[in-house]
Parts: sequence; structure tokens; C-alpha cells
Amino acid sequence: MLDVKNIKKDFPIFKNHENDKKPLIYLDNAATTFKPKSVIDATSRYYLEDGANAHRGDYDLAYHVDKEVEKCRAHLASFLNCFSREIVFTSGTSMSMNLVAYGYGIKFLKEGDEILLTEAEHASNVLPWFKVSETTKAKINYIPLDEEGRCTPEALRKVITKNTKVVSIAQVTNVLGFKIDIKEMAKIAHEYGAILVCDAAQSAPHMKIDVKDLDCDFLCLSAHKMLGPTGIGALYGKFDLLKKMDPFMMGGGDNARFDMCGNVAYLEPPAKFEAGTMNIAAIYGFDEALTYLENIGLENIENHEKELRNYAINKLKELDNVIIYNEKADAGIITLNVKGVFPQDEASYLNSKGICVRSGEHCAKLLKDRLKTVGTIRVSLYLYNDKSDVDALYEALKNGGNFLDAFFN
Amino acid sequence: MLSLTNEMKREIIMEHYNSPNNKVEDITKISNFENFRKIRMDSDSCIDDITIYLDIENDVIKNAYFSGVACAISTASTDILCDMVKNKSEKDALYIISQYENMLYEKEYDSEVLEELNAFSETHKQAARIKCATLGAFGISKILNGENDE
Repeated sequence: MLDVKNIKKDFPIFKNHENDKKPLIYLDNAATTFKPKSVIDATSRYYLEDGANAHRGDYDLAYHVDKEVEKCRAHLASFLNCFSREIVFTSGTSMSMNLVAYGYGIKFLKEGDEILLTEAEHASNVLPWFKVSETTKAKINYIPLDEEGRCTPEALRKVITKNTKVVSIAQVTNVLGFKIDIKEMAKIAHEYGAILVCDAAQSAPHMKIDVKDLDCDFLCLSAHKMLGPTGIGALYGKFDLLKKMDPFMMGGGDNARFDMCGNVAYLEPPAKFEAGTMNIAAIYGFDEALTYLENIGLENIENHEKELRNYAINKLKELDNVIIYNEKADAGIITLNVKGVFPQDEASYLNSKGICVRSGEHCAKLLKDRLKTVGTIRVSLYLYNDKSDVDALYEALKNGGNFLDAFFN
Repeated sequence: MLSLTNEMKREIIMEHYNSPNNKVEDITKISNFENFRKIRMDSDSCIDDITIYLDIENDVIKNAYFSGVACAISTASTDILCDMVKNKSEKDALYIISQYENMLYEKEYDSEVLEELNAFSETHKQAARIKCATLGAFGISKILNGENDE
């Protein structure tokens, strides 16, 4: 397991809450993650030292900012094993997904075409496709999940047809935490001439990703779920696809020239998609987040979470009042309920013990029917969690039926 | 009203959560339901999703019901409110709601009119739950202020 005691020292938020009345046990990492000091410092460094805009100026400061932005782009490209020109900075996964939907989906799909999703997708991988469907009359269908809620290549093979143009799925689903075999899915999609869009919001922070090996066509991620700042993320796209798709935001910085007759010459990707001033400070921080993750090692992080998850599952299974919905899942996500307690009531009870978890439908609203419950509690682990966090959760859930304690103490 | 101990408050909330008086599975089984005014209250920040129905005749609330799913705090507060607004004029009902909101937001309030709603006087200590405690109240005041879902 990772040396969590030392890792925690890198994250100022833990120290800043050391003297709180209750402990800070953060188990909502699928929502967002805390930032190491190196990331926070890099973000400040932009404002303290560099300050200029990117892609604009003719002076030293601006030149330096450009270099830093491109350094992060190259870093992310090596992190994912692709070319820098295949990395588009966005505000995060939602924007990346929307860019694919608007820039590729609306441009190339038509009536009679089909988009394949699953019932376990996050809203950001569903709603943009609803828009594509509404605009182009392409149809949305769902790859059936198996009994546990997993999406398998076999299931894709059963439903895919020659009309399928897009298969868009999460590599790790945000409620159930199953790891999907994207490589095999992409292979099947390509056999039918469809593209594969991979939502990596919940996978990129926790496992090594090699987009060339996966052979996915697009991949979307958010920095803030992987120790980086909020408001920055990326879209990876195969260069030929990026070249032929449209930007969905037009403006300064994405064109070479335009005239009053409406003629525009857009820049090559990725600049074509990066109109307007980006969140430059966050790009500085994102670069450091990648460094931090690489120093620990994605494989080590994955193994740490796996071990901690097993520990948690074995421990929580002892509790008769707890229902676990995804015992066999792969990622550090545990979805549960306390019998007879509404998830939000339980989450606020856990809050009174200093435990941060997410209750609700977790944006995957379609799952409701499958899990046969209106909502759940999601526990999501990361590199700064250890067994003591799980023990605290266990102790709190043990008494979880008395959830109104939180209201009166 | 006598001041409530925490134990009593807890009992009131659990009682109205576990066996609400005014919760219906299917509103169409209630006679005259076609004439009820209704509003759906679903929250963007949680999974609470209830619909409130008021049967109003000549500015008097004859009956109040709700359906849907919600947490203990939302369910219990909505149920108590439904009990309390029955047979009251619209004006009196709005007065109760305004005093209830004052209590939740730690302003001065008239605890006499709040009856069992006094069980929620500690809500501000769990500020994230104020939204739960006001879901039903906002719904009822929306209807009384003229909103009506088709």
C-alpha cells in the first residue's frame, strides 16, 4: 500500500482542518479530489510570475506563458501516449463530450444513424447525445448491461449494426465503478465503421491509459478529478478526426484570418478548438498534477485503491444493515445504502462524523431502475485514503440507522 | 406550545416520516383530484422528488396531499405542513410558512403557530438540510401564489 501518512503531508487541506471539531475523512473522490501543494503553487505561479495571455503577445512574459501551456499539452500527450496536436484543452469532461457531440456528431450524423450508450453513463455522456439525436434525427440505443451492471464487449457485439456511427462509453462508470474493456469495444466499433468515444473522467485519475493501445477515437477527462485544478480538462482526438470536425465555440485565437464576407480560415487543431482565453493558471497546475501522479505511479495508485477497496468490502459486508450494490466492481467506488434509511439522511449523518460521501443518483439517472433504488451512497477512494478512513466509515455505518442523531447533536 | 425536548422532536420527525398522514401513492384514487392544484418539487441537488396537491375552495385549503420520494426531513416537514394547512385560509397558511422559514433561517418567529413544525428548530445546525426542510413549504407557497403544474 502507499505511504499515505507522507502523501497526506503534500495536501495542505488536511493540515488546514486538523483542528476542526470533527475529523476530515474525504471519501468523495469521484466528485473531485484535493490538490497537492505543488499544484496549488504552480497555479499561483502563473498569477505571481507570468501573468500574460497565451497565444498573443510578442514579449518575454507572453512567450513564457506559451511555453508553459505547450509544456502541459506535451506532458498530457506523453501521459496518454499520443501527439501534442491531438490534445485539446477544455474546461473538463463535460465540455470535451459536448465538443465531440457538437463538432463531430451534429456535423456527421444523420437520420437512420445510431448512437450507442449504456444506462450507466454520466449525464455528460448522455445529454449531449440527446441533443445530437434531436438535431440530426440519429437514434440513441443502449448497450444492455449484465446482471451486475457491467457493460461487456459481447453485449456491444449483440446490438451494434452497420447503422451505428458512435459508441460512447465510460471506461470506469461513475456509480458502479466497473472497468470497461475499451480496447475490445473500440475494435468492435471499428469493425462496423463506428467511432468510439471514451469518457475517462473516472479512469484517468486511477489507472494508466494508453490511447494508442486502446485505439479509441476520442477520450475525455477532467483535471480536477486527478489532483489538478477545477476548470481545466482535455479532449484527446485522433488528429484526422479533429481536423475534420467543427469547433463549437468560435472566437479569438482559433483562426488565422477572416473577412467581412464570412470567410474564415481556422487554425489547425488543437488551436481551432481553443477560442477565447483559457484557464491558463489551471493549465500550470494540471502539469504539476500529472507530475505528482507519475511520481507516485499510476499502477501503484491502482493497486492501492484495489487493496483498500477489498479491505472495505470485507469489512462493510460484516454489517447486516448495509446493502452493497457493486461488490464485484473494479475501481475504488463502493455504492451502498443503509437498510431503511434514505441515502441523503445517511450522508448527512456521516457528515456529522466528518465523513464526506455523495448521496443521490450520481448523475447516472438511468440506473435507478436497474438498482431498484431511488438513490445510493457513493464512497470513492483515492491515494490519500487508508484503512483508518474505512474503519471510521465502518464505525459510523454500524450506527447508521440512528441517522437523526446528526440532526440533534 | 410546550417546549419540545430533542427526544420529542426526534419522535415527531420519525413518526411523520415512517407513517405520513397525507402521503398518497396514487392521487387519482382520491375523489375530486381533477380539481386539485398541484406542483412538482424536484431538487437539483438531491433526489427528493415530490408532488404536492392542494384542494382549495373559496380561499380555504380543504385538503392537502403529497406523493413521491424524499428524505426523512423533507417527508416529515411536508407531512406536518399538510396537516397544518388543512382547513386554513390561504392567508393563514402563508403566515405559518413564513414563520417556519423565519425559524429555519434563524430570524425571529412566532413559535405558537408552528405546532409540530417546532421539531425542525435545530435544522440550522445542519445547514445543508435547510433545503430539505423547506421543500414542502416552498411547494405549498408556490401553489398559494398561483403556480399550478399541468
